[in-house]
Order: sequence, then C-alpha cells, then structure tokens
Amino acid sequence: MPLKGNLRDFSTTNLLNLINLAKKTGTLLIEGPNQSAQMSFRNGKLIYAAMGHEDGHLATVLRKAGRLTEEQVRVLRARAPNATDKELGLLLINAGYVSQSDILNSLRHHMLEIVYRLFTWAEGMFRFEPTLMPGDDKITVPIELENVIIEGSRRMQEWAHLVEELPNLDMAFKWAERPNAANIRNMNLSADEWRVVSYISPKNSMRAMAKALGMSDMEIRKICYGLLQAGLVELVRPPGMVTRPLPQPQRPADSARPAPPPPDRKQQVSIVTKLIARIRSL
Amino acid sequence: MQQSVKMVVTGPFNSGKTNFIRSVSEIDVVSTERKITSAAERVKDQTTVAMDFGRITVDDELVLYLFGTPGQKRFDFMWEILSEGMLGFVVMVDSTRPETFREAKSILETFRAYAPTPYVVAANKQDLPDAWDLDDLRIALRLDPTIKLLPCVATDKEKVKTVLLELLYAILAEMEAAT
Ligand SMILES: Nc1nc2c(ncn2[C@@H]2O[C@H](COP(=O)(O)OP(=O)(O)O)[C@@H](O)[C@H]2O)c(=O)[nH]1
Ligand SMILES: [Mg+2]
Repeated sequence: MPLKGNLRDFSTTNLLNLINLAKKTGTLLIEGPNQSAQMSFRNGKLIYAAMGHEDGHLATVLRKAGRLTEEQVRVLRARAPNATDKELGLLLINAGYVSQSDILNSLRHHMLEIVYRLFTWAEGMFRFEPTLMPGDDKITVPIELENVIIEGSRRMQEWAHLVEELPNLDMAFKWAERPNAANIRNMNLSADEWRVVSYISPKNSMRAMAKALGMSDMEIRKICYGLLQAGLVELVRPPGMVTRPLPQPQRPADSARPAPPPPDRKQQVSIVTKLIARIRSL
Repeated sequence: MQQSVKMVVTGPFNSGKTNFIRSVSEIDVVSTERKITSAAERVKDQTTVAMDFGRITVDDELVLYLFGTPGQKRFDFMWEILSEGMLGFVVMVDSTRPETFREAKSILETFRAYAPTPYVVAANKQDLPDAWDLDDLRIALRLDPTIKLLPCVATDKEKVKTVLLELLYAILAEMEAAT
C-alpha cells in the first residue's frame, strides 16, 4: 500500500513514528503550501533532509554554522565549482579548514532544523518513495528518530500555545512607539529573526511575511511572538485586513540582485528630502 | 500609514559602527538582551548575533532605521538580509588601523554586489593622533575619486550627521540623475 496522504490527517509525528517502527528505507516527499521538503531514511534512521528551494550544499551549511566565511565559500565555488559534497568535504578536511566531526555535526544540525520545521506544517501532501535515495554525492548522517520525535512533540505543544497567543495570521506589526525600556541594540537575533525584522511593517501581515520568507505559519508566529514579548513590536490590524502580497525575496547568491523597484521617483525624492531636513535638525 | 526606510552601517569589527548609530538614534540605551534571549531560546542551537539598531523618526508617516551589521566575519551571511531594500550604506573604517583597510574594502565590495545603492566611506576616529589622512586613506582603500570619503568621529553627533547627510545627498543626486 503506498504511503501517501495529507499531513492534516497523518502528521509528521505519525509519519516518523511509523518509519521508525517499521524500520523503513526510502524518501518521504512533502509538498506544503509555501515550501516543499524531503527526508530520506535507511532502516528507520533519518539520513538526509532538504528543504525545497533552500541551498543545502555543504559549503552553505558550513557557512551557516560559522565554520566557513563567505569569502572562503566564494573561493571554493570558484576553485571547485562542480565538486560534490563528498569531494568538497575531503578537500576541506585535507586543507585543514574543518574536521570531519565539524562536517558531520553541522550537517546533523542542518537536518534536524529542517525536520523540526516540518513538525510545524499543519498541511501538505506527502508520499513515501521506497526506491528513492539521496545521490551518492551526498553526505548522509544517520540520526535515531526517537529523540527527534520527542523533541518535535515538545515543540508542537509550544506551537499550540503560540496559536492561542497569535491566532490570526492577518495581524501585522509595527515597531513599538516607545519600546518599553527597550533597547534594540545589542540584542541577539537568529538569521530567521533578522529576516522577519526587515519585513516588520503594518502593511505586512504575518501571512504575507511567511509567504515571502518561505516560512510556515508556526515559524512566523514563533518569531513574531518573540519580538512581541521583547516589547519591540506592537500588534496592528491592517486597515480592512487586506494584505498586499510581498515581493518574493530575491536571493543574491547567484548574482548581484537588482535594487527593489523604486515605487515612485517623485515620492522617493520627497522621502529623501524629508530625511535630510530631519537629520539637519538633530 | 507609516513608512520606514533603512540605511546600513557596515565596516570591520571595532571600526565604530555601534557608536555611530548611538550618536544619532533616538532609542534609549536600556538593554533587552535578556528578554530577547529568552524569547529566542526556543530557537535552540541557532546562531545568534548581536544587532545594532537605531531609529530616527521624521514625522508620523516616516521613520528611518539604521542597521549596524554584525562585526564578526563569520556572520557575513547576515549582510545579504540586511542589504535588502536599503536606501544606501555607510562603510566605517578605523583610520588608525591600516591592518583593517583590506577587510573594509572587501566588506564594501560585498555590499556593493548585494545592492548597487549609493554609499559613502567614513574615515572614523579622526580625533586620534594615529589617524591616517584622508588622501592617504583614499589611496590605501583604492577608492574612486567619485566616492565620498568623509572624516568622522563616531562619538561626535555633528560629525555623524554630516556623514549621513552626505550619504543622503548622494542618494538624491543618483535619483535626480536617473530622471
Ligand atoms: N577616539 C575614538 N574612538 C572611537 C571612535 N569611534 C569608536 N571608538 C571606539 O572604538 C571602539 C569600537 O567602537 P564600536 O562602536 O563598538 O565599534 P563596532 O565594533 O564597529 O560597533 C570603542 O572602544 C569606541 O569607544 C571615534 O571616532 N574616536
Ligand atoms: Mg558594535
């Protein structure tokens, strides 16, 4: 019987439980509303995970883990443009850039982040392909599913709480007028929090931000809730609750991306003129 | 509807970004570090970085945000996020530390690649006796004559204002040239 359905009816927790108990081998493909994902298993252990459009190359994973700098990644891309993850891993170890355990830990962390995100998906079509496995060029890291399921369930309880706190995704936020004893300096934000911060505006509903940033409903809730709790932002209800879709964020990875389209030259000049007057008066 | 615009202050670690933003921002200095940390704790294991963030309210409709980039090189993946939609940027250089000039230049080029917006270079710490002269700095940084290189003391509000104004003039000039 083919293992396929919708996460609405059979959740990520259910699926992982089943794969664990039946010691399954194969790849689970999930198609969510804003993103797609895949997880591969061997004998009931997770060995690989990837999120749709996100760059999961080893160089990128190591950069995000702080093991390589942007500069080093650029040099690597230029010197070994077609290297597979395995080849790159060897090259890096031989060159003394990273150790084997750096690589395995970074990949493990990267995979777990993806899997935990999948727990937040309330819906999405899934399908298990027993014959599909990650390519030979990929580095796989076996991870026992028990702990993943426990941690995932813990996070789900937290998310249930978040839905109570922020039920309506059409809500938007503005920067707090007087951050109550708040200093936005020197605070620590994760990469995803930074992304959300740059979209905070009464015009952008949580739903629109999630779409633009490729986040799930829960991910956007969690980050907005954190900012709200810190007193940095306040809830606003956008007028008429209508929300303008945000432009898809452009990834500057492959080339210099164009500046966002100037909405209206005259309006922009007026904004800059106002800024000049204000700064002069400081 | 309140509109917000953003400018980015970048440069090597210790070049004076935090002080620069602090000099003109209207947000008081009271730390929420503990709070935001606890809020972010749920995102366990995720890399976190300190963030400089300043605000200048123009009127009911317009707010300017100043974002300082994380200093450490290993967080440079944050830069692309920060550069999204910025009006322009300031590259801070510590004029007393020639060993950082190369990095300043490389940060400048990286930002330039992310977003081809106007920018200025602030030759900071000009109050110190070891500070390099602007002419020498321009050569060391291999800056095109059209790029504004401005003397700066990040702790001096008037100097910071001048740098921001020069950046805004450059932005305005580019807008006018495009019409
Ligand atoms: N004398 C002098 N010291 C400065 C100036 N700007 C920054 N500093 C000092 O340089 C150090 C680094 O400044 P900071 O703003 O934290 O740099 P950041 O790492 O770029 O944010 C601090 O000790 C500041 O007090 C300046 O214009 N003149
Ligand atoms: Mg700083």
